[in-house]
Amino acid sequence: MRKFYLKTPMSMDEIRELEVGDVVYLSGTVHTARDEAHRKILDMLKEDDRKSKICELENRRFSNEKFPFDLNEGVIYHCGPIVLREEKRWRIISAGPTTSSRMNDLAPEIIEKYEIRAIIGKGGMGEKVREKLFQRGVYLAYTGGAALLAASKIKEVLNVYWEDLGMAEAVWELEVRDFGPLIVTMDSHKKVFCRGG
Amino acid sequence: MIPKKEAIVKLIKKAVTSVPKDVEEAIKTAFKEEDNDIAKIQLKNIIDNIELAEKSGLPLCQDTGIPLFYIKINPSSSKVEIKKLEAVIEEGVREATEEIPLRPNVVDPITRENRGNVGEKIPIFHYDFTEEDLFEVTFVPKGAGSENMSRLAILNPSDGLEGVKKFVLNTVEEAGGRPCPPTIIGVGIGGTSDFSCFLAKKALLRSLDKRNEREDIKRLEEELFEILNDTGIGPMGLGGRTTVLGVHIECADTHTASLPVAVNFQCWAARRAVLREKEDGVFEIV
Repeated sequence: MRKFYLKTPMSMDEIRELEVGDVVYLSGTVHTARDEAHRKILDMLKEDDRKSKICELENRRFSNEKFPFDLNEGVIYHCGPIVLREEKRWRIISAGPTTSSRMNDLAPEIIEKYEIRAIIGKGGMGEKVREKLFQRGVYLAYTGGAALLAASKIKEVLNVYWEDLGMAEAVWELEVRDFGPLIVTMDSHKKVFCRGG
Repeated sequence: MIPKKEAIVKLIKKAVTSVPKDVEEAIKTAFKEEDNDIAKIQLKNIIDNIELAEKSGLPLCQDTGIPLFYIKINPSSSKVEIKKLEAVIEEGVREATEEIPLRPNVVDPITRENRGNVGEKIPIFHYDFTEEDLFEVTFVPKGAGSENMSRLAILNPSDGLEGVKKFVLNTVEEAGGRPCPPTIIGVGIGGTSDFSCFLAKKALLRSLDKRNEREDIKRLEEELFEILNDTGIGPMGLGGRTTVLGVHIECADTHTASLPVAVNFQCWAARRAVLREKEDGVFEIV
């Protein structure tokens, strides 16, 4: 089994090197996003698209919706953590992966738009995601339910966005160190991990 | 007597910070018997996580579920007023949410507005009336990862046992890694559509060392256990020997024209705890 210790932002060379079945430990910044955050991002992209078309017709310059966070070439973690507010900071209590397949139809556009380098989750994802990850990124499977182990690798809550969506659905920007062991189950070469082989 | 709110908080804490001994043993056995490297990594993570929960007293999974309470009570000898009991339990859930803490998981199904962990008809209370001199409250925090994979089929009576086995196998194969295997599979056979679902979930309360008392149903449990582990789905769906830790079947008689079969998944984090009245007003967590 090949092991990789990687840091964000990950380069395309690093991503290309990864193959299904490899083990990854990730350090750096990840953003959590689940159903509601994905829908909100997609709504904002749609709004951008609508406005840009109007601007084009009216021959005006168009400026994008201001996104509160930067997903470009980043890592999305399918996770709805338990977080505790302590004085001036947030403390992650328990933060394992959630079922990724709920985001099967929501993820493809986001992967393409933001050149997502990695998605961390559990249970795997569908065909459309595999296609969008081609020459772009990887899907990394983490052990479902291992939420305290995951929390022990999260060093800090850097920020929280869209808190109004609720604790589980908000976007948490996290600093992680040696987050893993993660298993590459979709690589950037269109390969999907097959159990037993 | 009605337990105090503090006892309910303790019950919830015990449930969300540990897995029952029978489940922990089964996971450790699965680890020993596994020879697939990736499966071993998954099982090792699970075992380490259980240890971390025991040491820290924190929820072992971030999905602290939707609160379910199964109450066993003797209606003729008990003086417990049910409405008051439910009010205390609701208070306990609210306090546990802040204190342990739990994730606020309960939302309005239409607006998706978050309610905390107490909402319209939630917690869900189930009552089991007994003639024994017994009063106990079982708490089950049911996570969505496993619950979302639940399935119901109304088979034709002519589909018979083979149809039942096929449906359970297909359901487990389709779910793959999503319900966080190794899982415990609850199967409800018979009754009506809703009652088979109830039985499938109730079957999950049984500990892993207990088989159904009816010989033919027990054999079906054992057969399904073999069939499901032969799929090779393995821990987290990444392959391996252990896909299920147990199969529990509960049956009820049914209509001559019906064969309802329900499957309910319990993830490996099979959290449950029981608060039992030892003597009048004195409770213990078992």
